[in-house]
Amino acid sequence: MSSHLNPLLHVENLSVDFEVGRKSLFSKPKLLHAITDVSFNLMPGETLGIVGESGCGKSTLGRAILNLVKISGGKVVLDGVDLGALSETELRKSRKDMQMIFQDPLASLNPRLNIKQIISEPLEIFFKELSKADIEKRVLEMMDVVGLSRSYINRYPHEFSGGQCQRIGIARAMIVRPKLLICDEAVSALDVSIQAQIVNLLMDLQKEFKTSIIFISHNLSVVRHISHRILVLYLGRMAELAEFSELYNHAHHPYTRALISAVPTPDPKISKEKKSTILMGDIPSPINPPSGCPFRTRCPKAQDLCAQVRPEFKDHGSNHFVACHFPD
Amino acid sequence: MSENMKTPILSVVDLKTTFLTNDGPVEAVHNVSFDIFESEVLGFVGESGAGKSQVFMSIMGILASNGRASGSALFKGEEILNLPLEKLNKIRGHHLSMIFQDPMTSLNPYLTISKQMSEVLVYHKGLSWSDAEKKSLEMLDCVKIPEAKMRLKSYPHELSGGMRQRVMIAMSLLCEPDILIADEPTTALDVTVQAQILDLMLELKKDFKTAIIMITHDLGVVAQICDRVHVMYGGRIVEKGDVNDIFYNPFHPYTQGLLNSTPRMDQNVQESLVAIPGNPPSLGQLSKGCSFQDRCDFCMPKCLEERPDLKITTSGGLAACHLI
Repeated sequence: MSSHLNPLLHVENLSVDFEVGRKSLFSKPKLLHAITDVSFNLMPGETLGIVGESGCGKSTLGRAILNLVKISGGKVVLDGVDLGALSETELRKSRKDMQMIFQDPLASLNPRLNIKQIISEPLEIFFKELSKADIEKRVLEMMDVVGLSRSYINRYPHEFSGGQCQRIGIARAMIVRPKLLICDEAVSALDVSIQAQIVNLLMDLQKEFKTSIIFISHNLSVVRHISHRILVLYLGRMAELAEFSELYNHAHHPYTRALISAVPTPDPKISKEKKSTILMGDIPSPINPPSGCPFRTRCPKAQDLCAQVRPEFKDHGSNHFVACHFPD
Repeated sequence: MSENMKTPILSVVDLKTTFLTNDGPVEAVHNVSFDIFESEVLGFVGESGAGKSQVFMSIMGILASNGRASGSALFKGEEILNLPLEKLNKIRGHHLSMIFQDPMTSLNPYLTISKQMSEVLVYHKGLSWSDAEKKSLEMLDCVKIPEAKMRLKSYPHELSGGMRQRVMIAMSLLCEPDILIADEPTTALDVTVQAQILDLMLELKKDFKTAIIMITHDLGVVAQICDRVHVMYGGRIVEKGDVNDIFYNPFHPYTQGLLNSTPRMDQNVQESLVAIPGNPPSLGQLSKGCSFQDRCDFCMPKCLEERPDLKITTSGGLAACHLI
């Protein structure tokens, strides 16, 4: 991607805190730092994968970009517009440019609407000038694109399998031709053979419509497949950001290395020989994060410095960013 | 292999499980037969609805109330399928244990870890509560739970997902079972925690000589820990073989498709995945002939008419396909 292009999405020092565990009405609530100081750019037509363990803030980041949760600091600029500075009405209008696909395909569809009503709803909201015939035409075209038979148009969500429901969800998101599509664990609930179909569909759609995609997932093999660049989060902070092959072949952060080596390879000889670095323990609580580097409590290379100073997130050449005092 | 010389611990023959539903009977498991031997890991692979969990729900006698199992399951020569409850309770939990996907819902939220673990030993082995607690503590150490003594007093909600699954495993191993049935034990966990749990299971297999049945949809997990693999599709076993044969010489088109559609980390190209077209069949409306017919690239007229049986393949495994 050439650097003279303007990014579609610019995220700067984004932070999200949640109030938790208020002891009484008047006491100060504790803060859970779900996301701290996350910054990145997303180019038009680019896919950024976001990975990390559960509780690392990857879903919150997706929601914060869409302004679905309250942002505590930093800003999100979509196509030159600071989303935080918009009024409610303006923000609602700009949602045409940013759509989302969710993890549970059936739960994200209204069971009382049929497929036509579900897919056409965004058009009715954002393109009030369209006639009924136009809307139906576009819905049918979109159903072709996502691989749903036109004869399903009057059916209801419960009549479909998980993979088909996810296609409906994708059709609903893509019908307004968003510039940004956020997929939050969009294939995690699907079977392997269906997961491959949906991943291929998303890649085809991106080629056709030049959509930028943020693909949030805990499944590193899927993320690797679909993403141009990958951002690794740990405890709400950026651990590493790099181009996909660079990250998988030359990960600098010990956390990324452990994460990658923990993924089992579907090949008995390789996986039985492979000595994976097994991370001990669990992710610490985001209410009382460790001092210094957040990863130091589980890091095999941790030293005194890591407890005292938080490592800066900096470029180690060829756009490979790492937050670590002792990168590999 | 010398396996054929040994006697299996569990031998299942022609297991059939039917659910009576409002839309008529649904056959979730059809004529499934297999053996499992001491200290081996047998994998059951398949997509959701393939019937892999129902096989073991039937054997353990924990089918939903509208489920009926028939056939035979011999545990050390003794029939255990459809045993009366009091007899079955002497075997399951003691000789056969099962762990489930969601460690939160399978632990009792009202009881401390100590109480629910000790209970197993008090009921099955007749130990006193204090002895049982001591044994529980040893077992928690065995599954590498840090500060095990403190954890005994905790309630399930105070533990993380990985920790809870360790408690489940510890609990299932308390009576040193002959067979541990693990139904998607790591699916709900992070990869880092999954790696810890898989490592632990392999270690325990070595220490206790437990046979492990691994029910999973994740071929990565299978490759890492299984010795033999059974692939299920539409309620039947469609391919059986040694783990290397299944991965390097898969015979059944479904097994091949499953392998091709699995994204891999060790391949450096970024291209589209080879998906299997269509959807898995609904077990209530299985067509005549092969259940994979409408998704198969090699479908022939015979496949529409006749259901294939398991036959020996060139690599020595078994596959249910007319191409043999």
